[in-house]
Formats: sequence, structure tokens, C-alpha cells
Amino acid sequence: MWPNLPLFPERASTLAGRVDALYFFLIAVALFFTTLIAVLILVFSIRYRKQRQLKAKQIEGSLALELTWTLIPLSIAMVMFVWGSAVFFYQARPPRGAMEIYAIGKQWMWKFQHVEGQREINELHIPVGRDVKMIMTSQDVIHSFFVPAFRVKADVLPSRYTSTWFRATTPGTYHLFCAEYCGTQHSGMIGRIVVMEPSAYEAWLGGGGTEGSLSATGQKLFQELGCATCHRSDTQGRGPNLVGAFGKPVILEDGRTVVADETYVRESILNPGAKVVSGFKPIMPTFEGQVSEEGLVSLVAYIKSLSQTQQGTQKQNEPAAPVPAGK
Amino acid sequence: MATTVQPVEQQNYLNSNYGIKSWLLTTDHKRIGLLYLMSITLFFFLGGFFAMLIRLELLTPASDLMQSDNYNKVFTMHGIIMVFLFLIPSIPAVLGNFLVPLMVGAKDLAFPKINLASWYLFMLGGVVALYGMVTGGVDTGWTFYTPFSTTYSNTNVVTVAIGVFITGFSSIFTGLNIMVTVHRMRAPGMTWGRLPLFIWSHYATSVIMVLGTPVIAITLLLVALERLFHIGIFNSQLGGDPLLFQHLFWFYSHPAVYIMILPSMAVISEIVACYSRKRIFGYNFVALASVAIAVFGFLVWAHHMFVAGISVYAAMIFSLLSFLVAIPSAVKVFNWTATLYKGSVHFDTPMLYAFGFIGLFTIGGLTGLFLASIGIDVHVHDTYFVVAHFHYIMVGGAVMGYLGGLHFWWPKISGRLYPEGWAKLSALLIFVGFNVTFFPQFLLGYLGMPRRYAAYPEEFQVLNVLSTAGASILAVGYVLPMIYFVWSLRYGKIAGPNPWNAAGLEWRTSSPPPTYNFEETPIVTWEAYNYDEISEEKGVEVAG
Amino acid sequence: MEQQRETAAFGMWLFLVTEIMFFGGMFCAYLVYRVSYFDAFVAGSQKMNITLGALNTAVLICSSVTMVLGVHAAKTNRRRATVLFLLLTIMLGLVFLGIKAVEYHEHWIAGEFPGPNFHFDGPDPRHTQLFFSLYFAMTGLHALHMIIGICVVGTIAYFAWKGHYSSEFHTPVEITGLYWHFVDVVWIYLFPLLYLISHKH
Repeated sequence: MWPNLPLFPERASTLAGRVDALYFFLIAVALFFTTLIAVLILVFSIRYRKQRQLKAKQIEGSLALELTWTLIPLSIAMVMFVWGSAVFFYQARPPRGAMEIYAIGKQWMWKFQHVEGQREINELHIPVGRDVKMIMTSQDVIHSFFVPAFRVKADVLPSRYTSTWFRATTPGTYHLFCAEYCGTQHSGMIGRIVVMEPSAYEAWLGGGGTEGSLSATGQKLFQELGCATCHRSDTQGRGPNLVGAFGKPVILEDGRTVVADETYVRESILNPGAKVVSGFKPIMPTFEGQVSEEGLVSLVAYIKSLSQTQQGTQKQNEPAAPVPAGK
Repeated sequence: MATTVQPVEQQNYLNSNYGIKSWLLTTDHKRIGLLYLMSITLFFFLGGFFAMLIRLELLTPASDLMQSDNYNKVFTMHGIIMVFLFLIPSIPAVLGNFLVPLMVGAKDLAFPKINLASWYLFMLGGVVALYGMVTGGVDTGWTFYTPFSTTYSNTNVVTVAIGVFITGFSSIFTGLNIMVTVHRMRAPGMTWGRLPLFIWSHYATSVIMVLGTPVIAITLLLVALERLFHIGIFNSQLGGDPLLFQHLFWFYSHPAVYIMILPSMAVISEIVACYSRKRIFGYNFVALASVAIAVFGFLVWAHHMFVAGISVYAAMIFSLLSFLVAIPSAVKVFNWTATLYKGSVHFDTPMLYAFGFIGLFTIGGLTGLFLASIGIDVHVHDTYFVVAHFHYIMVGGAVMGYLGGLHFWWPKISGRLYPEGWAKLSALLIFVGFNVTFFPQFLLGYLGMPRRYAAYPEEFQVLNVLSTAGASILAVGYVLPMIYFVWSLRYGKIAGPNPWNAAGLEWRTSSPPPTYNFEETPIVTWEAYNYDEISEEKGVEVAG
Repeated sequence: MEQQRETAAFGMWLFLVTEIMFFGGMFCAYLVYRVSYFDAFVAGSQKMNITLGALNTAVLICSSVTMVLGVHAAKTNRRRATVLFLLLTIMLGLVFLGIKAVEYHEHWIAGEFPGPNFHFDGPDPRHTQLFFSLYFAMTGLHALHMIIGICVVGTIAYFAWKGHYSSEFHTPVEITGLYWHFVDVVWIYLFPLLYLISHKH
């Protein structure tokens, strides 16, 4: 009836070891102080129980002691802060050249799209030893992408893209949970992360028919929606030239600068008037209601590919900058 | 309420007049405190009932006792009732109401009529919220996160939000009353430096109530407006930002945690001093720590949002501030512990609760550091680790303090002593039951079990069963005091004005106190906790 | 008596701090969104009726003056003058609400009330709607405070007419005055924020 009783989660990413090390440090500190307080209370209350100590000795307090137990915990807390932030920095910055996978959360399932074109629901296949960057959005409420074995969690919000990354270290199957309460079937919004050996992953990618890569789907949609009539690859278009635009700063009409990231591209498709590029008229119609979240993802991937062709596509498949393994 | 069995009691607030009207129209802070006591006890058991349903459902991995939509409503109602209708009013509105005027040597709070009105507001809000729960319930979680609450939930969000909105004003008025009373109603000679720490903590709590509560009131009002009129302040599809809701919500709701814990700390300071027969070690530091917690408490709200999509640098700043807010809490724990040193320690029931509080609060506080540390928070956010952490603070801390305080001042409130043996038993049951219930949840959380799950993978079952078993012990522990407190109203030993031989103005008047608290206005010439001047012979032996 | 008066005034000041926090949340939301969607907010701001807004500002300032005169009359034991000034204050309050209602009506007709029927010709109607959401929420909440204020002043005027107040006891008049001034001050912030600062000429 009770299959197993795990007390500690599996460790399957380069991040996991770092988080666990910090966790053990904090446990050590917590144990030390809990024990200290418990022992002091026990010793004092027994040593000075009323039967032995009939009259209490009044003590005013001690500045030296107060400073001690303010400053020592403070310095320990600062160690925790710096260490915790270091782990977070590692976790919050996807390495350059990570392979990208798009995720869409909706009540109550996860949809994944590989740039190679594969689509999956509630199941995500990834290769071991590669940096994987998740680019995620939600179709409705806030969800949260949570893989305990990777120690990775990121909220998935509507109308914007959030991202997280991981590099799996051990092949296997791991839980994927939605961690942000999202309605009736919240606890049913779970899935599996299947980490495969690179060769098995290549085989998996090759198997099963797909309609071509994600950016190709996006390109088709780009043509169908007539985007290309204005966003031409020369300087004659009524809209900005999108080649090489992704990831670069854009100067807006009101003088502000924004980076043309996934969220900006998405917003510009659905609500073009919000941030108009300097030098262009706000004439673009909205595509709200005409493009699904999947379609938007493919458009984003396509526009992104327009910038990557210039820098060379191979970069995507190169191994990432060396990252010290967690284990 | 009052007993008539004993021959000729002196005039007191309980027997000064009778009848339902004399209670419902009273402006006596002590009676209003009792009105609150009865109402929040009701809410506590209702919230506890929902807690039991949650624990029963989680006995098995599948959602078999309840469908998930019902489960979602149950945990939402558990949260809303416990937070807004029990924990927030618990100590300030019951013990604070009863004791603040007594402790500063005043006849009543500054605004007795507003005090009564705030109880009516509380009841009105409670009834509206309950009405919403009975007629269909609400399933947003107590956090009302948008856009789920504004757009996707099909339940009575508006009704319940309005209920919470109304109770918010009740705590604003309570806080306001306490602040004004402390400022303007102190007896002659009761300087700020002579105030009991109970008052300092309640003052800090009131600051939070006055500054924080309006923010959540307006936030919930905007949620209601957004549901009713489809305006888009939080709705991203209408141009708004769901994260704005989280900022506004936590700007109140993080300080609200301190509304729950500071008054408990207030109680613990009094109890530890009395049963060690000593002044509190480092009075100034403990008093300042309360104020520091209240101030820093307003600066840490975004640590609930580390994975919500805020910027890396914002996350780091809020992480740093969250570590800082831990320091004054640590200072308090160390000072209480140091107070025992060379004291004369008595193991009466309130002291057991105080020990329980210090232990559990220490664990709760230290696990808070795990959450302040962003690297770990990313992993444990929204898991059972968080659930365990805040129950250690809110139940292990706040409720232990509340029950400890209720035992400590019960003789003052009722004029009777509770049965010591039963009380010790229930304190023990609560301590053990609490740890068995919530400690496994730390493990569950680090394993990765998300909160608010009606169904879960099988490997989490053993720890969940353990937790549910603990909850049953805890339930017994909570029902016992209710029974023997009521029993003691009639059969308890007469307490006398000062059964614990405690310092503090409230013990210098009869038990129960007369309607206007003191026969003549006290003139204070001593510091708080002058236990060296209180002779031991009269002492605790009276309490038996 | 003096003790009691100061206590009541202190309580009222604290309550006003609460009110500041109450409005503060929305002011913060407004400022954050305004920075993010500047053009859309400017576009929304163009639709404000500055004439009526300015008129209302004047009306409120006058009402504060009559309130001060009312409080002074109560302090100096002039019962009829107290009642008269309080009634004038109520009148001005009602005028304010009337003008506000005209403005709301204009926006309603123009399809500028947020919701499914919202209609706005501009580059970024979605965020202009956000401007109007905040406009209606903030001025609506302010109007609600005006209504409460009018009721309270009305009650005070009734008791003043009954002769409850004198130079010894006029605390209720005084703290009601504090509340009234506070509501006026809120408008003094709302008017430039919503009507003036992004108005192009």
C-alpha cells in the first residue's frame, strides 16, 4: 500500500546540488539555534525552578549581550543572504545558447512546443546535459512551472513571457507540478519531465511526423496574416524591418527604450498601439482574437529566427558555456 | 455568563447588570472583549472543522472524500475564516480589548462606542462572509489572486471579499482605539518606559492595523469592482497587471502576519516575567523590537513574489530586508530565554504555553530564513514547506500565545481558576499534536508537494497520514480548554484579585474587575515587572 | 473636557492616516501605470472636462471655507451661524456631486465607461480604458467619501440646531471639519493628476 517513503527529493539538475548545499547550511543553523534555545530553556527552568530558587535575582539586562545576539544572527543572516542570492543569480540567468522550449499553461494542462516542431501535452522530453530554457506564458490564470527534482520553479503569467532554465544531469522521469493555485483541477495540472540520453532524444525528435520547425510554422502564419506586406526586409515597409530586431533595444515614439523581447513582440502583435517604434505611425491593426497562444509562440520563434540567421544558426546547437556541474 | 451560586460577590462588570441588552449595547471594553471571545471561538471551531476536512481528504492520494472543487472551497474557507475572522482579531480584540485599559490604568478605551461599533462591524463582515460561503462558497484561496478571482472563478468572490472588507474596518477601529488609549489614557505616572511590554506590542500591532488594513480593503474592493463592472485594473487582457494585485495584497498581508504574532509576543512577555518572578531581560530592547518588527514588516511584502516574475534586483532587495526583519524576532527570543536565568521558575499552565510558543516560534522563525533566502525559496515556494512554516508562526506562535494568555488572565476575566491538571494535559496535547501535524509538512514541502492540491502522488502519503494523525491529537487539545473554561465558570475555585501574585496594574483590582476597572485611579510610581517588590509569601501558593 | 477634545482629535487624525493609506494604494497604481502607458494615459486625460473639474475644485475650496466658518461659529457659541454654515457646506458638497454626475454622464455617453461597451479611438484603447478604470475608481471613492461627509455634516447640523454644541463642547463639529478638509485635500491631488498634468494645449 505504501510504495516508498522518500524523505529527500531526487537531485537531477545542476542547480539541485547548489540549492541543497545551501539548504543543509540553513538546516545546520536552524538546528543549532533551536537546540540552543531548547537547552537553555530546559537548563534554566530546571536549575532555577521555584523549589530551588525561591527568590529571583533581578537583572536589568546587558547591552553587551544584546549586541552579541543582534550582531551574530545578523552576520549569519548576511551569509545566508549572499549565498541565497548567489544561487538565485545562477538560477535566474539562462546561459547563452541554451536550447529553447516554449510552454503554454492553461486550465488545466501544460502544452510544450519544441523549436524543432514537436508538440507535447503534460509531458516534456529533454536531453540530459543540455541547457534548456523554458519560455512560458499562460492562456488564462497564473500557473507555475515546478520541477522538484530540478529545484526549479517559475510563475507563468498571462500576457507575458517568463522564463527559467535548467540542465538535467540524470536521465529519468520526474514530476512536473503546477505550483500556483489555478482553479478546480489545480492538482490535476501535473505532468512528467522525461530526461533522455542525447542519442535517445535525437531519436525521439526524429520519430513522429511534425509540420516542420516552430519558426517555419511561424513564417507560414506571418505570411497568412499579411504581416509581410508592411514588415518588409528592406527599408520600404510601413512597419519596422524585423530582421535582426529581436533582442535589441528599440526606441519608442515617446523617447523611451525597450528591449524587443518575447513579451514585447507578443504585445506588439496584440496591442500594437501600446509601444510604437519611433519613426513609424500607429497604423498596425490588432491581431487580438485572430492568433492563438500557440500561433503567437510560433510568430515569436519566427521573428527570433530572423535575428539568429544573421548571427549564425549553429550557435543554437553548440554546447553551452561551461557550467560547473552540481554533482 | 456570571455565576450566581457563590454568596455575595462584590459588584463587578459581569454582575453589574443582566440581560441580553446589557451585553449587546454595552460600551464596557471588558464585555466587548467577551463578545469578541465568543464570536471568534465560534469562528475558530468553524475554521478548525474545515481544517479537519482538509486533513481527512489528504489521508489518501486520490481526491476521494471530496471532489476537487469542494476541496478548493474548503481550504479557501479554512484560510479566510482563520486569518480574517480568528487570528487577526484574536489577541488584540479579546485580550487587548480587555487588558489595555486595565494595564494603563484607564476606565475604558478612548472611544467605547467605536469599540462596540467595531464588534458589530466584525460580526456584520463575518456574517456576510459566511453567507457567501454557505450560498455556494468561494474557491480562490484566502489570497484572492487575480486574474483567477476576478475573471475565472465562478464562486461568490464578491460577497466574501465584501465581508472581509467590512471586518477590515473593525480591525482599523480596534487599532485606532488602542493607539489613542495608549497615547492619551495612561494613569498618572504611567510613563512610556513603565508600560508593560504587552502594551508596547499592542501599540506596534495597532500601527500595522491602522496603516495596513486600508490597503487590503481597497484592493479587495477593486477585485469586487473588476468582477462586477469588468474594469481592468488587474486584468492583463484589459491592460492591467495581475502582479499589481499581489503587490497590494502582500503590502497588507505580510504585515498582517505581524498583527497575528506581535500580540502573542505581548502575552509571552507578561507570562515569562510573572512565572520567572523577574523583570524582562532587556526591557528596552524587547519594546523596541516590537516597533522595529512593525516598521520592517511593511518593507518585505515582495518576498511572497520571488518566483512571480519580479526583477532579479527587486528580489534581492526584498530578500535582504526579509533577513533584517528576522533579527528583532531573534532578539525577543533571546531576551525571554535570558529572563529565566536566575529566576524562580514556576511551571504553571501559561508558562507551559510560553515555553511552547518560544520553541515553535523559533522553528517557525528559522524556517522563515529558508524562505527569505531566494535560492531555496524558488524551490519551496507554494509547497507544503511554506504551509508548515506559516502554521508554525500562526498556530505554533499566535494560537499558543492566545491560549497562554487566555489561561493567564482567565482568573481576571471570570474571577475563577481553571483546573490546572486538565489545562496542563491540554497544553501537552496541543504541543505534541501540533508538531506531529506540521513537522512532516516541512519534509513534504522540500520533497516538492505543492500546496492546495486535492490529490497528490502516492509517495507523499505516509507523511500526510502522519500529519492527519497529528491533527486529530491537536483537535482534542483544542476542544479540552473550551470545556474546562466553561466548567470553571461555575465550579472553578474563586481566584481572588491576584492569584499568580503578578505585577501589572490589572492585578491590582478585583477579579472580575468592577465596571470602571479601578475603585480609584491608580498612581504609578514603579516600573513594570517590579517582581522584587512583590513579596513571595503571598505568592503563587494561593493558586495551588 | 480639553483632554477629551484632544483625544477625539487625535483619533480623527489617526483615522485620516488610515484614509491616506486607503487612497494611497490607488495613487500608487495610477502612478505605476501612468509611467508604463504614458501615451494612453495622456490620451485619456484629454477627455477630461477641465472646466467642470476646475469649477468643482473651486466649489470644494469654498465648502472648506464655509466649514471653517461653521467650526468657528460653534466655538464662539453662535448657534444659528453654525447651522447656516454647515448647511452651506452641505449645499456646496451637493453641487460638487451634481457636477461630478454631469461629468460621469458625459463619459458614459461618449462610451468611456470601462467595461464591454468601452469605446475609444486612439492608438492604445486598452490602456486608455485602464486610465478610465482608475479615474472612475478614484473619483468614485472620493465621491463616496463626499456622500458620507454630507451625511455626517447633516447630522452635526441637526445637533447644532438642537443646541448641543457650545464654546465648551464642540468636538464633533471640529473633527467633522477635519474629515471634510481631508476629503477636499484628496480632490486637490486628484484634480491635477487626472485632469491637468498630461493635458496638451
